[in-house]
Amino acid sequence: MKRARKTIRDFATTAVAALREIFDEAAYARFLDRAGVRSSREAYESFRREFEEAKVRRPKCC
Amino acid sequence: MLWIAVAFLGAWALGVLAISRGEDRPSALWFVVAAVCVYSLGYRFYSRFIGERVLELDDSRITPAVRLNNGRDYVPTQKWITFGHHFAAIAGPGPLVGPVLAAQFGYLPSTIWIIIGAVLGGCVQDFVILGYSLKRDGRSLGRMASDEIGPVAGFTALVGVLTIMVILIAVLGLVVVNAMKHSAWATSTVAATVPIAMIVGIYMTHLRPGRFVEGSALGVALIGLAVFGGRYVEGWSIGHYFVMEAPGLAVWIIGYGFLASVLPIWLLLAPRDYLSAFIKIGTIVALALGIVAMHPPALMPPLTQFTNGLGPVFGGKVFPFAFITVACGAISGFHSLIASGTTPKMLEHERDARLIGYGAMLMESFVAVMAMIAAVMLQPGVYFAINSPAGIVGTGPAAADKITSWGYPVTDAHMQELAADVGESSLYARTGGAPSLAVGMAHIFAGSLGGKAVMALWYHFAIMFEALFILTILDAGTRVARFMLQDALGHIYKPLGRTSWYPSILVTSALIVAAWGYFLWQGVKDPLGGINSLWPLFGIANQLLATVALCLATTIIIKMHRTKYAAVTLVPLAWLVAVTFTASWYKIFDPNPRVGFLAQAQALAAAPATSATARLIFNNRLDAAVNAVLVVMVALVLVESLRQWMGILSGAKAARVQESPFVRTRLVEEQG
Repeated sequence: MKRARKTIRDFATTAVAALREIFDEAAYARFLDRAGVRSSREAYESFRREFEEAKVRRPKCC
Repeated sequence: MLWIAVAFLGAWALGVLAISRGEDRPSALWFVVAAVCVYSLGYRFYSRFIGERVLELDDSRITPAVRLNNGRDYVPTQKWITFGHHFAAIAGPGPLVGPVLAAQFGYLPSTIWIIIGAVLGGCVQDFVILGYSLKRDGRSLGRMASDEIGPVAGFTALVGVLTIMVILIAVLGLVVVNAMKHSAWATSTVAATVPIAMIVGIYMTHLRPGRFVEGSALGVALIGLAVFGGRYVEGWSIGHYFVMEAPGLAVWIIGYGFLASVLPIWLLLAPRDYLSAFIKIGTIVALALGIVAMHPPALMPPLTQFTNGLGPVFGGKVFPFAFITVACGAISGFHSLIASGTTPKMLEHERDARLIGYGAMLMESFVAVMAMIAAVMLQPGVYFAINSPAGIVGTGPAAADKITSWGYPVTDAHMQELAADVGESSLYARTGGAPSLAVGMAHIFAGSLGGKAVMALWYHFAIMFEALFILTILDAGTRVARFMLQDALGHIYKPLGRTSWYPSILVTSALIVAAWGYFLWQGVKDPLGGINSLWPLFGIANQLLATVALCLATTIIIKMHRTKYAAVTLVPLAWLVAVTFTASWYKIFDPNPRVGFLAQAQALAAAPATSATARLIFNNRLDAAVNAVLVVMVALVLVESLRQWMGILSGAKAARVQESPFVRTRLVEEQG
């Protein structure tokens, strides 16, 4: 039972982490870490400026 | 012992699918069992063999993500997270639409190709390209092709990508047009996704900066409301604006593509991308659960008489066209761009490439199997009534009679009842695959949840899901193609290469949108429905890019003196060359006007002239020319590769690989 609970918890953690990566929340968190700033509209503006150039160059498949 | 049992079960399931005839209809579960067993064996044994012997993946070697970690492009990431990221990037509408169209041959050829083709072809391509990019600092396919084969290969990869994007966007635009035409509910729902994406964009940017998952969840709720509310739109005073003909819708989509390319990313492209990812993941999981819960029987026979090349959905024989039409569900050259793009810059350990490169493609192949199930569980008469263009079967009772005369009974009354069930005025000649897939998905969802009373809701949810998916590819593709064009034009006139210079943005966006918009317009005006010519052209272009990727992989294998393993990539390469070159030959030179572009142009020239004749003749000749150029370019890559292989094997040429030097990772020491 304990093991099953741990498996479910691990699965949920990974799923949430994958969602945060797919949705770029993790990239934003890394940016905040790197820049040493807290989340704000200004911080998000800077993140966007840095990140968008790379994001729009990513091909998405058919 | 377990694996022997899996092998027997897989063989049994494939056998059941192959020998079912007449009233003996196989359950959808046999498709699932066959796929899961073959995938398991492929993953357990074949991918391991490739990883250990061909790629020699080594966890003690540092990956580019660890060595070049900059917190931006290169970021070491946990393998399951990278898997999710990679899968979200490779899985598009191709594996949904392709199998539905290919179902006109019966379920057997395409199902076998989806399952076996993925295990021996598509997964191998994705895996080896990821593995080799990983050993080359995450370099792109074009760069690796240029380094390892020669400049022609690099240039062909670039032209191939641009061509695929243009044709892909056009054909997917056509799929959306065909799904929305004459339907206020579908059009209003899809139209609502644009302002919803903008609301989400503003929410994420100004109200809750960076809360992307939260913003996407809000968007999904709003989209749910739009799907539900769409049924009432036709009754409103403005409802008639949403009942549109195909040309009008095509103009809107072309305008949308241009706007999406020039508007700020945060306002439309990024939130739409997140919304699409959310709905994609949820719907695919729900479809899988629905299929297992309902396990409907396959009503389509294993083989139809249309293997002879005279099918109503598109012309062409089962070989090579089944293998072209399935497209990304079995192998997709486009994947090699992602396997040599973002993904290799995220891997923490070399051996993770097996799960991500090989495993994610297996997952995509499984999506294609589910789409196939959704198509073949429909009554074949209904399937053909929806997917056959009016130019071939007519419409209304005449279409029903014609399809019944082929041995697939369907009545006009049944089609009308079905249209009423899904909230449409008619389902005849709704070509492109999306409407029939939506009917199939609605059956599965309604069978598991809500029953017939909510069929219309599920149908429009499925249409919205497909359209959202497709529009994401359309706007992201236009933007990527625009950047590529700007890069190229920047060599001629520097300011054109500046991605933030608005005149350049407007000019290059207009050029890219005009390119795919032309093909979209051509499809809309084509009396055979457009899909007939555009989807095979896309399939050929995509598989030709896969040919370039497999040429590259084979060249590296030979250069690394592992020639005894070259069959791993040579076999799928030989198959793809046979399929794509044969298909190209048929599409250009076949004397049947339903198949050959030039024959179609000739038939049009011989028929009484109308105001559209000259344009249709030009379009067919243009399609033939595009196809010919692609084939010639890939033939050049093949010749260049062959020269390399012969030179190395005969000892006349030095086998110099462009691999990054081995650096031992500190992660091993830390873990050890």
